[in-house]
Amino acid sequence: MDGVTQLQRQFVEHATSLYREGYLDDQFTQLQKLQDETNPDFVVEVVTLFFEDSEKLLNNLATALQQESVDYKQVDAYVHQFKGSSSSIGAQRVKNVCVVFRNYCDEKNLDGCVVCLQQAKNEYLLVRNKLEALFNLEQQILQAGGSVPMIV
Amino acid sequence: MGVIAIQETPLHVLAVDDSNIDRKLIERLLKTYSYHVTAVDSGSKALEFLGLQDVENFQSFSSNQETDVNLIITDYCMPGMTGFELLRKIKESKSLKDIPVVIMSSDNIPARISRCLEEGAQEFFLKPVRLSDVDKLRPYLSKNERKTTNDDDDDDNDDGDDDVEGWSDEDEQGRSDEDERGQAVSMDQSS
Repeated sequence: MDGVTQLQRQFVEHATSLYREGYLDDQFTQLQKLQDETNPDFVVEVVTLFFEDSEKLLNNLATALQQESVDYKQVDAYVHQFKGSSSSIGAQRVKNVCVVFRNYCDEKNLDGCVVCLQQAKNEYLLVRNKLEALFNLEQQILQAGGSVPMIV
Repeated sequence: MGVIAIQETPLHVLAVDDSNIDRKLIERLLKTYSYHVTAVDSGSKALEFLGLQDVENFQSFSSNQETDVNLIITDYCMPGMTGFELLRKIKESKSLKDIPVVIMSSDNIPARISRCLEEGAQEFFLKPVRLSDVDKLRPYLSKNERKTTNDDDDDDNDDGDDDVEGWSDEDEQGRSDEDERGQAVSMDQSS
């Protein structure tokens, strides 16, 4: 088995596990459908925007929840944004945490919110690491002259 | 007398969304259908682009407008002006009211959806928006439906179905004179 084939196999295994374990949902597949020769880096570009956005949102959320008098409307606005962006790229587990997070905002439940923030951060870091590994494998395959397998 | 009208310029969609990720997505989705896209991040910027300078006190403006927008697709939840408020301002404007407007939202709230449709939105898409949603825009972007700010609208082209159910399965009105990219070529010859 040559190097490229092995890389391709790793790629497929990694990608399918991301779907199987719920890190990614069908929306990520939709993103890949939008990538072609005229937009060869579309997925990486969108996901990079998501990373940048998320880190800002997580910081903003931490600050907002540390206020003496927490502005739950503001917190909810941030979570709504985070839910939207994670949903748009298919980051399912992050999105699911955001759904719960919004409920705690509605209830003005500070403890619940703090726990959700931690969970959101964890899920975000997990999916970020996994996506970075995925993109890394892609790069290696391309550099070795191979083509990136389609995950249906 | 023969009239040949050929659609030359690509159809122009104005996309409004405060999320940079969603703007990038909707722009890409629309461009797969070869639409020309302008993306802005707020309702007020959208109105500015459409030629309404003073959003509080706009009057119906002159027909010397530069913009030639064929469809507006906007997010519902935006800071400042919501998509609903933008929709309403467009429908209140003599020159803009015939431009089809589509609303997008990540929240599936039936009351919100019906309110938008009642206010005149053609479609309501749940986010994340997909290619199959954008496909539903084609009837609104065919030549017969096309309304731009430059249209004098003397000829009664608007056969638009006013009872369109915004978010049920849109049936493609089989216009045989429309090519795949929604650009209508009409040839009207009488001997």
